[in-house]
Amino acid sequence: MSAVPKTRKEMPLTPLSYPTVGSMGKTGSWRTFRPEINYSKCTRCIICWVYCPDVAISRQEDDTPKIDYEYCKGCGICANECPVKAITMHREEE
Amino acid sequence: MAQTIIDTANHIAGYAAKAARVKVVAAYPITPQTTVVEKIAEFVESGKMDAEYIRVESEHSAMVACIGAAAAGVRTFTATSAHGLVLMHEALHWASGSRLPIVMAVVNRAMGAPWSIWPDFSDSLSQRDTGWIQFYCADNQEVFDTIIQTYKLCEDEQVFLPAMVCLEGFILSHTYMPVKIPDQKEIDNFLPPYKSGWILDVNRPFSHSNLVSPEWYMEFRYMIQEAMENAKKLIPEIDKEYGKRFGSEHGGLVEKYKCEDADLILFTMGTMGSEAKIAVDRLRKERLKVGSARVRVYRPFPVEEVGKLAERAQMFTTIDRHISFGMEGFLATEVKASLFNQKDSPFVAGFIAGLGGRDVTSETIEKIAKKSRKWMRVGKVEKETEWVDLRE
Repeated sequence: MSAVPKTRKEMPLTPLSYPTVGSMGKTGSWRTFRPEINYSKCTRCIICWVYCPDVAISRQEDDTPKIDYEYCKGCGICANECPVKAITMHREEE
Repeated sequence: MAQTIIDTANHIAGYAAKAARVKVVAAYPITPQTTVVEKIAEFVESGKMDAEYIRVESEHSAMVACIGAAAAGVRTFTATSAHGLVLMHEALHWASGSRLPIVMAVVNRAMGAPWSIWPDFSDSLSQRDTGWIQFYCADNQEVFDTIIQTYKLCEDEQVFLPAMVCLEGFILSHTYMPVKIPDQKEIDNFLPPYKSGWILDVNRPFSHSNLVSPEWYMEFRYMIQEAMENAKKLIPEIDKEYGKRFGSEHGGLVEKYKCEDADLILFTMGTMGSEAKIAVDRLRKERLKVGSARVRVYRPFPVEEVGKLAERAQMFTTIDRHISFGMEGFLATEVKASLFNQKDSPFVAGFIAGLGGRDVTSETIEKIAKKSRKWMRVGKVEKETEWVDLRE
């Protein structure tokens, strides 16, 4: 919430972190494998949205899942959980 | 109205938590601490104390519950001993790092293995570097007074650190002594309601004590060190003010007894300090210039006061109810470290005594003093660390 302190005197007693998007930077750059959703196979069951540990999958109005590649770390949990194998992992450089 | 009651130090610690108007107590029983939280349970159940009493499944949870409650802005208290304290170890760092002024009674008990329920300082001293202030008490009155004083100290904005008030198991914990309990209104005047350094707020949620990069971590450590130094200044002032209001004072950081002209000074902690005074009186009758310095506050360590005592004395003797395996007693180490950059500093002899609750009487201390004097006269400490009354 407050600006980054310049001196020790401006620092709080202990770090207090207010919820902000990407407070630790854009973690998408950590990714080795990239999940991709095949929307023709996707049944909109939203299991991937439930399991994503980084809240990097958003749920559209019609329950279509959408991956935020700026924050997705590529852990692959969504691909593992998808009951119809609509999500596949691909090497970033491919 | 002020009243004098006769009770055990453990019950007295409960009375102190009540008098401090503690709002949350998280408790897990362990010998010899149990009767502290039993007394508080009795107060809460009978409506004499307006507090939330949380029964937890372990000491680790007890400390974490106190951290949560203190972060929500209320005064908290808990008590533990030995293995319970050591189980809290990780959470102790969280309490100090989050700058939460939790007060905990530590009823000292020797660490197993082998099992012991009797006192020494191996439990609390093994928590030396957790960022907690540590007080050591010599009698039941001091237990009461120190708990009240400690809230005042820890909640000062220059400090905001947690503190342990240590008292030896059985020697104090289960021993009845008369204690003056001041008038509640006067305690309230001395100890105003707790105002935290930061407070959790459901309307403006945040998480605390989060990951910090190497760029920021050192400053947070430095601020704890600064707070410890501030505490060192405040402790004697608070003790003095308390004494002025309620009639009992405990020597601030170091309780000194007949040290002014002493050539030998005995350094102790806790109840050994009371025995040392008796020993000093007897030695004085033999015209031996011996004094007693009971270190009441171990963290922050009173480096300057120890240094001042060295200006006249030729010899310091430390008596540790503790051993740092592979080295010596902690008090010996700290006293030596306090003197190192001082010119013409006295010899320091370290004695280990009273481990696992073995009695340390005034006679034991007299014997230690006489041996120290012998070394002082020949100008050589013959044994860096001597174990007292050890079976050959």
